[in-house]
Amino acid sequence: MGAAAEPRFHVLAVDDSLVDRKLIERLLKISSYQVTTVDSGSKALEFLGSLVNDDRSSSDALPSVSPSDHQGVDVNLIITDYCMPGMTGYDLLKKVKESSSLRDIPVVIMSSENVPSRITRCLEEGAEEFILKPVRLSDVNKLRPHMMRTKKLKDQEQESQEEPERHGDEIGLPPPPCQHELETQQSQDPQTQQIQQSQQPKSGNNSNKRKAIDVEEGLSPDRTRTRYNGVATF
Amino acid sequence: MERNNQLQRQVALMRQSLFDQGYLDEQFVQLEELQDDTNPNFVEEVVTLYYRDSARLIASIEQALDKSPLDFNKLDSYMHQFKGSSSSIGGRKVKTECSQFREYCRTGNGEGWQDKQGPEVQLLAPHRKKKRDSAHNSFC
Repeated sequence: MGAAAEPRFHVLAVDDSLVDRKLIERLLKISSYQVTTVDSGSKALEFLGSLVNDDRSSSDALPSVSPSDHQGVDVNLIITDYCMPGMTGYDLLKKVKESSSLRDIPVVIMSSENVPSRITRCLEEGAEEFILKPVRLSDVNKLRPHMMRTKKLKDQEQESQEEPERHGDEIGLPPPPCQHELETQQSQDPQTQQIQQSQQPKSGNNSNKRKAIDVEEGLSPDRTRTRYNGVATF
Repeated sequence: MERNNQLQRQVALMRQSLFDQGYLDEQFVQLEELQDDTNPNFVEEVVTLYYRDSARLIASIEQALDKSPLDFNKLDSYMHQFKGSSSSIGGRKVKTECSQFREYCRTGNGEGWQDKQGPEVQLLAPHRKKKRDSAHNSFC
């Protein structure tokens, strides 16, 4: 890593379950992440500073992503439950990926149900990982590479505007397998691993395309970061 | 203090029996491992949240079970939530009961049970009570 000090990543956790929010918050904090928890997709989007009502993609050349009270908020990863009333985790994923200001934030989906079609759909929509609940520390340990990769890409972008064809794999971080640690259905693991790995180049190409259009606004590390220490916006 | 050691032993035995009897599973150990000097009451906090949450859910489920015809979608949704939080704290037995209950909900839906009185009702009725009781028993 190039950074002198270990960067403190900020994770936004989205879950409608009180118990699960408490758990994921603890898991993330014990892993030295800054955590903000919210109980719905819409609150997540609020926090992220863009209530995406329509598809405003590349016309969105916003210098600052966020509303005034969230100036300089830097979210390095969004981890969201799939099954939520109103906006599902999948809906949230879509909105994030459709937003020019948010789409480079890695998104991880959690679900209590091991439904292959669901997993595929999420990965195809751009989710980095699909984690099966109950979530444990080993699952959270898999998140760091995604955050490192995105941060590294952002840092490189700031150094030079040149965007070579780089992706997680080539930076030296192996694509993490989707281990679901499910008692039954062991056969799912190789299948989802394949899906995950086949998705990597696809999303890589997309992110390069996106980078060519967007400049990362408002997310540079030298900005003053507002610390949100587990402030739960219920 | 000798008394302290005795109590600790009792607690340890009780804890172990909860695992042995299948009330708790590995996920509970995960919770325990998240507890440390900086967060010395983590397990208690989570379980307290869980109890509060579960009480609310059970009340909703009981209400829904008293309705006729049964709203299986609603019941399934409550059970999904209950199962989820139980699973997150390692409540293995409750989780299993919830799964079972959801199966009945699914069966009920599949047979288009909604407005019928008939053999299906008889089939469902004892299970309803059983689910309620087992949910109570494993919960209280």
